[in-house]
Amino acid sequence: MDLTLTREEEDFRRRLRDWLHRTLPTLPPKPSPADWPARRAYDCAWQRALYDAGYAGLHWPADAGGRGATPTQHLIFLEEAELAGAPYVGANFVGLLHAGPTIAVEGTAAQQARWLPPVLRGEEVWCQGFSEPEAGSDLASLRTRAVRDGDAYVVTGSKTWTSHAEVADWCELLVRTDPSAPGHRGLSWLAMRMDAPGVTVRPLRTLAGSMEFAELFLDEVRVPVAQRVGAENDGWRVTMVTLSFERGTAFAGEVVACRRTLALLARAAKENGRWEDAALRRRLGRLNAEFTALWRLAQWNASEAAHALRTGGNGVPGVGASVFKLRYSHARQELYDAASEALGPLSLDASHEWTLERLSSLSYTIAAGTSQIQQNIIAERILGLPRGR
Amino acid sequence: MDFRLSEDQRALRAGMRDLLVARFPREKLRESAEADPAKRAPLDRALWRELGEIGVFSLRLSEKEGGAGLGLPEAVLVFEEAGRALLPGPLAASHLAAGLVSGAADGTTVVTALEGAGLAEHLDSADAVLLCEGPTVRAFPVGDGAGPLATARPLRSVDPTTPLHHLPEAHEVPCGAERASRTGRLPVAGASATATAAAVDPGRLRAEAALLTAAQQLGSAARTLEMAVAHAKSRTQFGRPIGAFQAVQHLCARMLARTEIARSSVYAASLAMTLGDISGAKLLADEAAVRNARDCLQLHGGLGFTWEADVHLHLKRAWVRQAQWQSTERAEEALAAALLEGAGDCMTETANRVNGAV
Repeated sequence: MDLTLTREEEDFRRRLRDWLHRTLPTLPPKPSPADWPARRAYDCAWQRALYDAGYAGLHWPADAGGRGATPTQHLIFLEEAELAGAPYVGANFVGLLHAGPTIAVEGTAAQQARWLPPVLRGEEVWCQGFSEPEAGSDLASLRTRAVRDGDAYVVTGSKTWTSHAEVADWCELLVRTDPSAPGHRGLSWLAMRMDAPGVTVRPLRTLAGSMEFAELFLDEVRVPVAQRVGAENDGWRVTMVTLSFERGTAFAGEVVACRRTLALLARAAKENGRWEDAALRRRLGRLNAEFTALWRLAQWNASEAAHALRTGGNGVPGVGASVFKLRYSHARQELYDAASEALGPLSLDASHEWTLERLSSLSYTIAAGTSQIQQNIIAERILGLPRGR
Repeated sequence: MDFRLSEDQRALRAGMRDLLVARFPREKLRESAEADPAKRAPLDRALWRELGEIGVFSLRLSEKEGGAGLGLPEAVLVFEEAGRALLPGPLAASHLAAGLVSGAADGTTVVTALEGAGLAEHLDSADAVLLCEGPTVRAFPVGDGAGPLATARPLRSVDPTTPLHHLPEAHEVPCGAERASRTGRLPVAGASATATAAAVDPGRLRAEAALLTAAQQLGSAARTLEMAVAHAKSRTQFGRPIGAFQAVQHLCARMLARTEIARSSVYAASLAMTLGDISGAKLLADEAAVRNARDCLQLHGGLGFTWEADVHLHLKRAWVRQAQWQSTERAEEALAAALLEGAGDCMTETANRVNGAV
């Protein structure tokens, strides 16, 4: 057990910190959240800056154009970027954290050469077409059909909860190529151009009032067979490989941000007098313990991931990733609920940053596997309890 | 950075587990639980000496002092196993007294403590008591019942394996409140010895005691999770193991999440030793031990409510340990106060300032 950084890791941190402090003041002002083209441009410019400085695809394998950094270096990056107030990954989320890693592991050399460099340089944006109106937690029941017609698939169906759809160039699409095969058998993974004829994007308004995601309607969209990653009908495995790429450190930067918010919240309560309320103080103290522990868990997960990489581990998600997701999503909601208590009536002002965060935090226990699904995964795969229904 | 256990650490933990399976099997725990509450279950002194011989108390003393020269991370692993087996006794106090009170290191002297909450465990079996309130640490012989122990009143302890005394006027001092100088020695010669003060940092001592108590809670939480999962796999109702029902699965999943959050918290605190880490570790490990015992009890149904099942012993011990060294209220208040003092800083760097942080 050792939490001290090696000399190499310290050097990495120092160089990164210097670069962040030099670079961040040169960034343009953040665009309005409602202006999607401006958001895309801003996020892509940041990605380009990372690329030029050698920080793009930090945790991607080197042979896929990444930097091959260790999980610890990645964790340091997330922490330093957050502490310096660097932009979030934003519109490049799917490209950098999901579609890209999938292609890096499962794509052919030609596919990697076509798709990965533009993601790293911030030139092409990806979105995700997995969930459907009738296939949410039970993703494997999805019904969007892809019928082979010569050298293309003809895709018909609908997808939902697709973030950044309006500004994306590509969509990683999970489709059914064999309608006779049940469940997760008979699915394939396709890369679809968002400007292909037959693709319709209909933005969805979230409960926070903003347009953060969209529905996709696919009407006989032609997708070249060459844009299938992995074998036909092997799309479920291809997708799962990527899910295991995330090893429980993805939200580590957000944990750093939450700890800072918590400290600000304590100061706000001190100023408005609510700090005198022991119940509120203790609630904030408990959140301090939780976020500190989550950061420690991220360090634990990074260490496990580093070990797995060194020993050629199979990348099965460990205990840590599910536990982290389950506790973090809940803690974030609890943080902004506590914020409303600290703010008092001002928390009912929807223009307050913390009120907006309180609203958006409600998605955390739903997106990327609901808390209920996380608990199923823990119970069945980690604790070995019999399969439920 | 490599947070994982080293091979030596894993071996140490496994060795402690094997030893406790052999020397403190379930029958011994049950025997202790069956003792007449009025007689206040005496400590097994032979076992205490054995624990001393294998180095449970002297673990962190230098080899020159007869110890193993190991650190807090190793002590935490040993205490985790003790908690898992519900090994009774003032383990944290005796461990911290090693090198301060003669005979504590090898288990020939049993040292308990009177700490903030006004509780002292196993006072009748102990030879000496550490008094940890105020700016100094003092050791008193238990024998003459004088000094601060004069007003100690025995409780009918809720935990049948942990006799308790209460001192109503004692008051809790936050852990890590003072810092002080080097380690000294507290000779406790015998019943006639008077109170001695030494240049021990009481804040540091309280922090270490809280951490070692948290480690025991972690072990208990992991054990009740195992008991719950084993029961969920074997108990059949409605024609299937109850572990196939989501209501039961989710209960178990949350037990695991509590255990693992507490684990990373406790292990990290043993390395970083910051006040925030230690208070957080105590808080989360207490919660894991108490809540897991409760859930384990619930999952066992009527059986869980019986004296015969072991789960109530875990719950009751967890309640005792929760009150010791840093109560939930104290931990939460300490963590809240830390927020006003600039928590939210860089965490990896904090971890690099190992030792001396408290």
